[in-house]
Amino acid sequence: MDRIPILKLGHALLVTIQVDMHDRLALALEEDLTAKIVSAKARGVLIDISGLEIVDSFIGRMLDNIAAVSRMLDADTVVVGMRPAVAITLVELGLSLTGVKTALNVERGMTLIHERLVEAEATDGVDDD
Amino acid sequence: MNDVNLLTLRTLLDAREASILAAWLQNLNQVESMAGRISAADLDDQARQFITSLKRGFTSGGTDPRGPEFAGLRDVLTEVSSSRALHGFSPGETASFVFSFKQPMIEAVRAAAGADIEKFLDISWDLNQLIDQLCIFTFEMFQKTREEVILRQQREIAELSTPVVKLWDRVLALPLIGTLDSERTQVVMENLLQSIVDEEADIAIIDITGVPTVDTLVAQHLLKTVAAARLMGADCIVSGIRPQIAQTMVHLGVELNVVSKASLADAFALALARTGKVVVTQKAKV
Repeated sequence: MDRIPILKLGHALLVTIQVDMHDRLALALEEDLTAKIVSAKARGVLIDISGLEIVDSFIGRMLDNIAAVSRMLDADTVVVGMRPAVAITLVELGLSLTGVKTALNVERGMTLIHERLVEAEATDGVDDD
Repeated sequence: MNDVNLLTLRTLLDAREASILAAWLQNLNQVESMAGRISAADLDDQARQFITSLKRGFTSGGTDPRGPEFAGLRDVLTEVSSSRALHGFSPGETASFVFSFKQPMIEAVRAAAGADIEKFLDISWDLNQLIDQLCIFTFEMFQKTREEVILRQQREIAELSTPVVKLWDRVLALPLIGTLDSERTQVVMENLLQSIVDEEADIAIIDITGVPTVDTLVAQHLLKTVAAARLMGADCIVSGIRPQIAQTMVHLGVELNVVSKASLADAFALALARTGKVVVTQKAKV
């Protein structure tokens, strides 16, 4: 079965969704990501959905779930690169992803995560390797 | 229309085409205040096309102007009426194109029928029905073209009334004017989101100074727009809520859970502060 690759960048994880999501793929991603957050001691998860053209309520809920799980594991989720049509669809579906941070592109999303990392470093001394 | 009358009309049209055309053109030039609006050559061309396709319809045995035999004729009429609708002719002027064809045809039928009044009445009745049907069709086409024009203008107005302006690097403003209904909200949302992508904006200011009333529905539309912009990674500030509107909203129990500022200037100042810009007064020149 296809799996969506999860890249580790320091204490951040980068997920780029380039294919159309189907439900099983979404569930697999949720599972993989949860495991990876723990194993990589990640403090931030960046999900780039600029390649995603079609969303349904299931994918929307999955994004919400991932954010909730990450928060529980002390990692911030930032969703970046959402297309206008996707944003409108999600709003019309009543999913405004309140628990998720958003940014326009990967660069700005990384800045958000970096700020969080710097904060974390200051408070509990996460080292940067 | 029976076959005999059809044949008579067809033969008449064949035999007297030139004189009918000439009389018709003369009528057209008299009836329609065409001076300078449509050239004689164009008119001549349209009339000839009309007669040609009418003859073709008769030849293929058509009796019903809405039947397949007259498809070519209907095309000609569609073209004539829609071009006239676009050029601002009145409905009457457009319809007289077909109506003025009646007189030369009746003349021709009278000449052919001679003293046979029954025959004359019979054929002219069929002829009248045919031409009236064609006229109704012309009217319909005229109306349809006008409606298309109105629809297009509505869309244009909708787009024009929702401009997205760039106030500063990464700061956009969306001055809303007029009532927000679901259809406009859709256009507004699409425009705003696309501009956020194009300008890589961080902050969008939605100014509702020009929105006359805010009821629960409008508030819901606003919230949707704000939510969609947030999903794209941009923050929204709502500004320009007028005092009376603020009162009504509170009385209605409408809550806008977004950052709101009284004026566009305040919102802009907040946007600059958030993007790390400061406005300072230059030292006065002495």
